[in-house]
Amino acid sequence: MADIHPAVKKLQETFPGSAFEVKTFREEVTITVPRKEIAAICKFFYSDPDLQYQFLTDLCGLDFFPETPRFEVVYLLTSMKKNHRVRLKIKVGEGESVSSVESVWKAANWLEREVYDLFGIPFENHPDLRRILLWDGFDGHPLRKDFPLEGPDFDKPFVPEV
Amino acid sequence: MAETRFMTINMGPQHPATHGVLRLVLELDGEVIVKAIPHIGHLHRGVEKLAESKTYHQVIPLTDRLDYTNAMGNNLAYVMAVEKLLGIEVPTRAQYLRVMMSELQRIAAHLIWLGTHALDIGAMTLLFYNFREREEILRIFEEVSGGRLTPTYLRIGGVSKDLPDGITEKIKAFVQAFPDHMKEYETLLTKNVIWLQRTKEVGIISKEDVINWGVTGPTLRGSGVKWDVRKAVPYSGYEAFDFDIPTGSIGDVYDRYTVRLREMEWSNSIVKQALDRLPRGPIMASDPSIVLPAKDAVQKDIAALIRQFKIASEGFQPPKGEVYASVEAAKGELGFYIVSDGSNHPFRVRIRPPSFLNLSALPKMVEGRLIADVISIIGSIDIVLGEIDR
Repeated sequence: MADIHPAVKKLQETFPGSAFEVKTFREEVTITVPRKEIAAICKFFYSDPDLQYQFLTDLCGLDFFPETPRFEVVYLLTSMKKNHRVRLKIKVGEGESVSSVESVWKAANWLEREVYDLFGIPFENHPDLRRILLWDGFDGHPLRKDFPLEGPDFDKPFVPEV
Repeated sequence: MAETRFMTINMGPQHPATHGVLRLVLELDGEVIVKAIPHIGHLHRGVEKLAESKTYHQVIPLTDRLDYTNAMGNNLAYVMAVEKLLGIEVPTRAQYLRVMMSELQRIAAHLIWLGTHALDIGAMTLLFYNFREREEILRIFEEVSGGRLTPTYLRIGGVSKDLPDGITEKIKAFVQAFPDHMKEYETLLTKNVIWLQRTKEVGIISKEDVINWGVTGPTLRGSGVKWDVRKAVPYSGYEAFDFDIPTGSIGDVYDRYTVRLREMEWSNSIVKQALDRLPRGPIMASDPSIVLPAKDAVQKDIAALIRQFKIASEGFQPPKGEVYASVEAAKGELGFYIVSDGSNHPFRVRIRPPSFLNLSALPKMVEGRLIADVISIIGSIDIVLGEIDR
C-alpha cells in the first residue's frame, strides 16, 4: 500500500478515541467517521494548517435500503493549497439527524437542503432547511431506494397548492 | 415618523434575463435589494434517479441534457468516472479527440454566454456575431458525431467515431479565423463606456467567500483564485497541452467577463495544438467485454453483432466501489460520483453541478445592489438551469 493519506494520520492523532474506517479504491481515500463527530471533524479539517480543506466540493446522500443504518452522507473535501482530496462518510439511520456543516462551508447550505429534499435526512442547526428541487407539499423523497421510479400518477399533471 | 416598508417582487421563472426557469424573490428597499431568495427546481427531471435504472452506457445521453450548452464536457466527466471505476485506459488518439471536442464546446458555451450576457445589458449586435461562430462549431459537431446540441459523441473507452474526411480543414479554418472574431467582440464591449458602467465593481465577491461558497469555474477565477481542474488534477492528457489559467483581480462582473474571453483564446489554442499533434491509432479501448464494437463491424460480422447486442442490452458489471471524476466544464467543476454495487446498473450517480453551487452564492453578490445589477450578475455567473435542477 502507498503511504498513508495525511488526513488519515492527522485524524487519528487528533481524535484518538473514535473509530475510523479507511478505504482506498482507485487511489481515492474514503474515511467513515462516527455520525456525532462529523461537525467537529469538518471544522478540524477546515482549519488545520497541514490540511486546509477549505473547499467543499460535494455533499450527497446514499440509500442502502433495506440495510440498517440505511443512509450514508458523503462529504468530498478539496484542499486547494495542498491539492488533496478526501472523502468523509457517515452512516445515518432512519429518523436520525446530522449536524449541519453550513457554519464551516457556506456551500453546504444548498447541498444539505438537497439531501434533505431527496433523501429526507434532517440537518441540525441548518439556517434554512427547506426543500430545494421539489415543492413544499411534495410527498416522499425520490432518491430513496423504496421510492418508485414510476408512480401511479406519473402521467397526470401535478398542480401544487400554493 | 415614517415607517420603512420593503417591497417584495417576483422575478421569473418566465423572465428573459434569468437564463431559463430561475425564480428570484427580491425584497426591495426602494431600488436596493435587501434580500434575494432563489427558487429552483422548475426543470427537475430526476436525472440521478433515472440513471440508477439504466445500464452504464445508457446514462451517456442523459448527461448531454444537463448543461445543454456543454454536452461534450458532460459526456467526458461521466465516461471518465466510469473508466476510472473499470480501471481501463483510453487510447491517446481518443484522448486528443476528447480534448479537442471539449475545448470547441467550451468556446461554443462561452459564446452563448457572451451573446446573452451582452443582450441582457443592452448590446444586441454581439449576439448575432456569437451565434454565427457557434453555428460553425455546431456544424463541426454534426459532421463528427451526427448531433448538434446533444452530440453524445463520447463512449466508455473512447469516442464513437473517428474524424470524417475533410473535417480537419474545417476545424483549422475555424481556429485560424477565431482570433479575428475575438477582436470584433472586444471592440464592441471591452472599452465601451456603457458596458464598463454596468459591469465594473458590480457583484463583487471576495476570494475567501468564493471558495467558501463552493463556487468554481470562471466565477472562481474572476475573484483571483488560480484553480482549474485541468491543471490541478490533469485528465485526458491535458498535461501535454500548453495553456494558462486567466484570473481576475477583484471579482466583479467585468473580471468574470475578461476571464471568459481569455479562456476562449486559450481553448482555441488548445484545439490548434491538439489538431497539430493528433496522433494516429485506435479510438476505442480494446476490452471487448466493455466497449461497443464499431458500427460497420456490426453490420458485417455476426460475432460483433452478438457482442453489440449483449453489451447494449445487458451492459457490463464493474467492480464494487466508488469513484469521483471531474472535469473543468464551461461553468466550473463538473463531477460525477458513481457508486457501484457490482451489478450492471450504477447504484448511485451523483452529479456535482457547478452552476448549482455558483447560483447559491448569488444572494451574496446581489444584496445591497440595485435591481438592474441583478441582471448583469446573473449573466456573469453563467448558469444553466438544466444542470442546476437535473
